[in-house]
Amino acid sequence: MRRFNPFVAVPKPLRGWVLPLVLLALWWAAFRFGWSSSPVLVSIGSVWHRAVEQTLSGELWTGLSASLRRDLIGFAIGASAGLAVGAALGLSRLFENLVGPSFHTLKQISLFAWIPLLSVWFGLGDAAKIAFLSLAAFFPVVLNTFEGIRSVPGELMEVARVLRFNRRQWLRKVVLPSAAPSIFAGIHLGLIYAWLATLGAEYLLVSGKGIGNTMIDGREHFWMDLVIFGVIVVGLVGFALNWIATQIERRLLAWRGRSVAAY
Amino acid sequence: MNPVSLPVKADAARATLAPPAAAEPRRRPGLRWVLAWPLPLTILLLWAVAAHFQWIAPQVLPAPDAVASTFIDSWRSGEMLAHLEISLWRVIAGFALGLAGGLALGVAMGLSPTTKDYLYPGFKAFAQVPVLGWLPLLMLVLGIDEALKIVLISKAALVPIALNTVKGIQNVPSRYIEVARVLRFSRWQMLAKVIFPAALAPIWNGVRYGFTHAWLTLVVVELVASSEGLGFMIVYGRQLFQLDVVLAAVVMVGIVGFLLDKGLALVETRLLRWRRESF
Repeated sequence: MRRFNPFVAVPKPLRGWVLPLVLLALWWAAFRFGWSSSPVLVSIGSVWHRAVEQTLSGELWTGLSASLRRDLIGFAIGASAGLAVGAALGLSRLFENLVGPSFHTLKQISLFAWIPLLSVWFGLGDAAKIAFLSLAAFFPVVLNTFEGIRSVPGELMEVARVLRFNRRQWLRKVVLPSAAPSIFAGIHLGLIYAWLATLGAEYLLVSGKGIGNTMIDGREHFWMDLVIFGVIVVGLVGFALNWIATQIERRLLAWRGRSVAAY
Repeated sequence: MNPVSLPVKADAARATLAPPAAAEPRRRPGLRWVLAWPLPLTILLLWAVAAHFQWIAPQVLPAPDAVASTFIDSWRSGEMLAHLEISLWRVIAGFALGLAGGLALGVAMGLSPTTKDYLYPGFKAFAQVPVLGWLPLLMLVLGIDEALKIVLISKAALVPIALNTVKGIQNVPSRYIEVARVLRFSRWQMLAKVIFPAALAPIWNGVRYGFTHAWLTLVVVELVASSEGLGFMIVYGRQLFQLDVVLAAVVMVGIVGFLLDKGLALVETRLLRWRRESF
């Protein structure tokens, strides 16, 4: 007979909850029994109170909406510019030869190293932040658009030639559909990077409001409860952005699944 | 987030690391080489002219030769090297920790479905908060010393490495495993001869992606909280409005990032060479 294994005894759907619950219990116990007197150790209750207070007073929304507004504006600018540049790089060899090497060189510079430069050029306000966010979204979108267009299968190109597609038809019926998954992957990645950059911009260009500023405030005042609350909000927003992008992607690319299923 | 989106993301990240142009057969490489120069040279020329006629204040955009001489001076004086050394040490220490942790977690979750059931949801929640989200929290817990930088860098490296390792191991074609079963491979043989070789490419993807993230995180954490390192050099130059120092450090960050990435690409061709040879 096999040895009894307690880990297998727990039903599958509940297993994922074990680790978080154990951690929560440890946290609770650490506070309850005073294992540490560090001011960093706050109670779960105080985080909850802080969450309720921030939500009801509207402070959360002011910060969060300012952050999200910047995030989306920057993302929109960066992603559209990225689509244009990526498409040009992908469709024109000449453009690729002229601009490609410079682009690949610029890409090497670590994203956040731009912030101090942008802050000199655009000031410390929203303009610099949005410029930085668009840069964060720009690079992955360009790379994936370019990659997607360049990896259109050769057979499809041949079919298009045989069918004597004109350039417009060729773009709409061959290039765009087969590059779409890669382009969406780029946009998705751009969205994630833009959110990361939103936080970075708020830490490094400390002016104005935003969820990042809230967390920095919390850190400066040693309000651990506020910081923990901020971490949770940041995680949830990242999760939500990711989820929305995945849904849109799935809907727009649904034809791919169907066309395969038709065979 | 559905797990299906991850390989796509990993692929996308892969694309950011290795431009496809390099893989294509180069048609007339000479022409390509010549065509690469007009744009950067024009920008450099415009920049030099603008600086020469003082169209832009030097506090906003210093002349290119000023940046170059600052770069050379700080290299000669050893200042740049000192900052570089500290940054490299941090990124390597953090990355090594993240690599070890990521591989351990990834292998454990990839090989044992039970372990995965327990750890994966918690891990996903942990991964959902971007590195910068953890920064203020860790600053409170760890202070702003070395520990903060290394923990943060290792977190940045750990997440993609662990995710790609899990995916890589789980996507080993079941045909291979069936063959190994038919050949009555022992558990160890199965791991060493079937699973790891087959999962190596996606795991390596994760490693490169993890390194890119580690380098990105190093710069940001040095910008936020540091008194040495390349990131600090940038902040310091910015505070004194010495944009030449800022630009010199930014160039250095770019060069190092480029070299490290190339180094990993070289390792990759070695590590995965057998794959090409087998076809």
